[in-house]
Formats: sequence, C-alpha cells, structure tokens
Amino acid sequence: MNSAVPADERRRRLRQRHAAERRFRLAGAAAVLISAGFLLFLLATMVSGGLRGFTRTQIALPVDFAAAGLPLDPGQLEGREGAASLAGAGFEGLTDHAAIAAFGPHGARLLSDAAWISVRNAVRRDPSLLARRAVIQVPAASGIDIAFKGRGTPEAEAEVASLARRSAISSHFNAALFSAADSTDAAAVGVWGALKGSLLTMAVTLGLAFPVGVLAALYLEEYAPRNRWTDLIEVSINNLAAVPSIIFGLLGLALFLNTLGLPRSAPLVGGLTLALMTMPVIVIAGRNAIKGVPPSIRDAALAVGASPVQVVFHHVLPLALPGILTGTIIGMARALGETAPLLMIGMRAFVAAPPDRLTDPATALPVQIFLWSDEVNRGFVEKTSAAILVLLFVLLAMNGLAVYLRNRLETRW
Amino acid sequence: MTLPNRSKIEAKGVSVFYGDNQAIRDVSLNIDQDRVTAFIGPSGCGKSTFLRTLNRMNDTIAGARVEGEIRLDGDDIYASGMDVVELRARVGMVFQKPNPFPKSIYENVAYGARIHGLARSREALDAVVEQALTRAGLWNEVKDRLKDSGTALSGGQQQRLCIARAIAVDPEVILMDEPCSALDPIATARIEELIHELRGRYAIAIVTHNMQQAARVSQVTAFFHMGQLVEHGDTAQLFTSPREERTKDYITGRYG
Ligand SMILES: Nc1ncnc2c1ncn2[C@@H]1O[C@H](COP(=O)(O)OP(=O)(O)O)[C@@H](O)[C@H]1O
Ligand SMILES: [Mg+2]
Repeated sequence: MNSAVPADERRRRLRQRHAAERRFRLAGAAAVLISAGFLLFLLATMVSGGLRGFTRTQIALPVDFAAAGLPLDPGQLEGREGAASLAGAGFEGLTDHAAIAAFGPHGARLLSDAAWISVRNAVRRDPSLLARRAVIQVPAASGIDIAFKGRGTPEAEAEVASLARRSAISSHFNAALFSAADSTDAAAVGVWGALKGSLLTMAVTLGLAFPVGVLAALYLEEYAPRNRWTDLIEVSINNLAAVPSIIFGLLGLALFLNTLGLPRSAPLVGGLTLALMTMPVIVIAGRNAIKGVPPSIRDAALAVGASPVQVVFHHVLPLALPGILTGTIIGMARALGETAPLLMIGMRAFVAAPPDRLTDPATALPVQIFLWSDEVNRGFVEKTSAAILVLLFVLLAMNGLAVYLRNRLETRW
Repeated sequence: MTLPNRSKIEAKGVSVFYGDNQAIRDVSLNIDQDRVTAFIGPSGCGKSTFLRTLNRMNDTIAGARVEGEIRLDGDDIYASGMDVVELRARVGMVFQKPNPFPKSIYENVAYGARIHGLARSREALDAVVEQALTRAGLWNEVKDRLKDSGTALSGGQQQRLCIARAIAVDPEVILMDEPCSALDPIATARIEELIHELRGRYAIAIVTHNMQQAARVSQVTAFFHMGQLVEHGDTAQLFTSPREERTKDYITGRYG
C-alpha cells in the first residue's frame, strides 16, 4: 500500500518506536522503584527506632516494707478507702529510700519518676508484702533505659554496667505503652491516652459525617433538580474537599469554641471539626457510588410500583454502599492522620489521663507524635517512633477494612 | 376472530415533549383487554415513549411532559388524584434489556408483592412467587435454586424472571418494550409463547421492531412514524393490506 516508503526506512522507524517504548517502560519502573525505596526507608527507620519503644528497662529494687512501717492495714486496701490510704501512704519516699539504700546516693535517679507506682501496685496486688522485704521490678529512668538499649551517655553506661553486674537490670515488654497516657517522664509515657482520644474523636466524626454525607449525596443525586443552584452546591463541595485542613481548624475554633462555647481540647470538638473536613469527601464518594448504580435498576423498581424512597433504600443505597463505605473509610483515615485542625482547637494540651468522656480534655495520636517529636529529652525519640508505628498500624487496618468491605459487599452484575 | 373488543386503556390526543422536542404527536389509541397490541415503526419514532406514558414512567425523565388524556378503566391516569405507585402496580412493565435486581430469584419476584402488602405470611408469599414463576414459564427451571442470584440466569431466563416479577404484583396490564431484542431466537420463541399464554389474563402492549414478531404475537398492530400514529388495526389486515402508503413502505422494507 505505502510503497512510497522504502523498506529500510520502515525498519528504522520501527526500531525507533520500540526504543521509545522501552525508554518509557524503564522510566515507569524507575518511578516505582524510587517511591518503593522511600517507603522502605520510612518503614525501616520507624521500625528500627520504634521497636525499642515497645520494650522498657526494669530495675530489680529491693524494698524493706517491714522496716519502713507504712501506715497501712493489709486487710483494708480494697475499694475507695483503700485507694485513699494507699495514696497517702508515702510510697514515693519509700521508693527513693529503697533506691538509695540499694544503689548508693544517686540511686533514686536511676529510677523512673513513676517507679513508686509499680511499688504501690505490687502492694495492692499482694498486701502480705507489707510484713517483709521484697524485690520489686520498677521502670528505670529514661537515661538508664536508653543506655541499656545501647545509646546512652558514658555516665549512664557506667551505671548500667554496675547494675548489670548485680543482675538488677533487665528488659521487658512495655505494657505501659498501651495503658498510660502522656507524662513528663519519657520512661512512663504511653500512647493509650492519645489513641483513646483519637478513637473518641473518630467516633464523633463518623457519627456526624457519615449520615449527613450520605444523605446529602442521596439528595443531590436522586432528588435535587439540576439547575444553577445545585451546580453551585456541587462546585462548593468539590472545593471544600480541597480546602487545607488548618482552615477547618480555624472554623472549628471560631464556631465550636468561641460561638457555641464547647470545651477546649475535647474529642467532641475535635470530632466535629474533622467531620466538617470529612463530609465533603463522603459526599463526593457517595455521589460517585450512587451514580454507578445502573438506571435500569431504578426503572425496574419503579415499574413494580416502588415509591422513590423505596427505590433509594431498597435498591440504590444497598448497591452504592460498598463505594460509600470505601470513600468513608478513606476519609476517616485522612481525618485520623490530621494534626493541624486539632492544634487549632487546643487538642495539643498535656493530658496525663486517658479521656473517659467526649468532653474530657484529650489529645490525638498524630498530635501526640508531634508533641513528643518536639521534646528535648532523648527518651521521647523512640516513643515517638513507637507512636508512629501504632498510628501506621491503625491506618493500615482501616485501609485493609476498606478493601475487605469492597470485595465482600461488591455486587457482580 | 370475534373477541369482544373491550378497551382497557384509552389514549386520546396524546402528545409527549422532551423539553422543546416533540416525540409524540396527537396519538389516539386503545389497548384492548383481550388482544395483544403491538407497536411497530422505525427506530426513534416514539414507540417506547408512547408505551412509557401508559404507566407514567416518563415522569422519571427530567423535562418530559405529557399532554392529552389517558384512561385506565375510565380513570384519567394523569389526574391529580391518581397515585403513581398504585398505577404502576396495576400497569406492569418489562424492559428491553433484562434488568433483574442483583438479588436472589425469590427476592426478585417477591419484592413487588412485599412492598404492596400482597402476602400476609411467608407461606402466602411463597405461593405468590411460585404462581408468578409458573405463569412466566420459569418455575421448573429455577424451583431448586430460588436462592441463587437472578443475575446468574441466562438472558432469556432473566427476561422471564422480569415478567414473573411484573406478574407477582397482580397487574391488569403488562407493557413490554422490545422484550426480545437482547435474546437469541430460542429464548425469543419462549417469550412469544409466553405472551400467548398470558393473553386474556392481562391486557398486553408490546413494542417491537421486528415485524414477524408483531405478526406472530399480536392481534392489533399500531404503526408509528416520526411521532405520529400512522395506522392501526387488525394485525393480519395491516400486514396484508395496509391503508397508508407509509405503512406499506415500512412493511415492505423500504425503510427501517
Ligand atoms: N430521555 C429522553 N430525553 C430526550 N429525548 C428522548 C428521550 N428518550 C427518547 N427521546 C427522543 O424521543 C424520540 C422517540 O424515542 P423513543 O420513544 O425511544 O423511540 P423508539 O422507542 O421508537 O425507538 C427520539 O427522537 C428520541 O431521541
Ligand atoms: Mg425504544
């Protein structure tokens, strides 16, 4: 056909085309490798730094309870009164004295500030201790902890060596990480307070953003007339999804704290603020999922006499649900990792107790990570990495759930 | 054939507009209770549009407007007192492409009966489903797998399932919009057979672009062209001795 083009010319073009394709493939592979490399680097640093945060160093502290003569009745340590008498019994002094007696004049500095809590808990578990001497495992001070994990100062290393000679130092799983909240002592901090704050915040976000987002999506797709107003609303929602999150924080500050007078630092306010941010994401995902339901299904339902509401709730919504849920979980995952808006509404306060109610002061995981990364004390470095690992794990679990739900609920036509 | 020509639906001076575009021009036509009425005509002439006015499915299209008068058993279906949901329960519809719900076969058939409260107990509902599937000629094929998805059936079975779904609501009229256009010849023959069996129990109007099919299944044929009803009457007569030139051109294949 195209005999005007000589054969060798055609071959040359073919070679060029193949070379171009090869170059393009290589560039693509390189791009994938680079991003995979960054991801691996991130994971490797987090895991190598963070895993150390999951263990903690303990010191075997001999305590002579009998000699100390604490003002406690071994038979009455239960309940509210027991707690009160334990609180007033002076365990802090006892622990300091025991440390000095066991490890010399600097002994008290080897222990975490929270060491006395371990002593107190040991007594609560076993009141018979009060009548004798016992060896209690207490958390080491942050500096000792770091030195035992191999990165301490020379002085701390020396202390660790002398403790090790007496077999008084050992490494354990750091259960406190999952039961404690923030603390001034790096050895005693835990992520549970921040995690619980995040969970409460997410509950509020989901409870508000999901129903409102889904109803808005349903209304816009199924009921709203197509006119300039709905076009305007559509554009606004799309823009809202692209607004930087700190702006939502300012909005939350102005609206919920200043105007409505809700408590600062509360998961309630954090959840409401993040809901503002998540709603547009759910609306957009919801509309796309609803658009994806074939019109023939609506026709089929209408033709057997289903009312428009029945069409929506019996057919459209169930079929759109996998898409809506996927969008919701992705929006929630984004909200979970959000820091800036929470800083604006005061969820950056130092909170030493996990929140129990939606109005208790609380912080959230990403904010906690931000706060710890800002600490001067070196003991916080590994805790920061550990908290990041916990956050990444929760995010991974959420994304996994999204994939599972999509595969599970998806209808095959 | 001397069946009583009792009219189930009477359309008088019906025009349909999509925005400014007029798709149906002043059509007057009756659908008989006991005779199958076929709508034929070239693609885009308004057959589907006219059919959809009969159960007000055009209401769902933004910008669609219907003028004129359509009476079902003498009641104006576009009157303000007419409930669309009830109308569609009385006038069922089967679509061009089989569109079963992505639910079980049982649920597909039971759905209409359930939302209209036609069955008070589980047993009554089972009976409705069995009767509808039997009338649609599908019972023997699916009775052992009622829990399977309706979308897993073959195309012809899906279309009969859709017919069963319409029947389960106990309608008076069944409208079919090219019900066989997506089916192979054998499945088509089964549906045509089914239409014969359903005739008399339900008033039936069927759109088809296939003239042989119109000749096989209908007793009355209406020929549409460019939104107008050119001619209608006894099927045999219309195909053998059409009154209008345009009808003759169409049935002799001059355009289509
Ligand atoms: N939903 C719609 N919106 C606008 N115009 C339509 C719509 N449906 C059909 N029409 C127009 O109405 C005319 C008749 O269409 P239709 O009734 O589908 O024809 P047929 O079923 O005979 O092929 C065509 O010109 C078509 O373009
Ligand atoms: Mg059509």
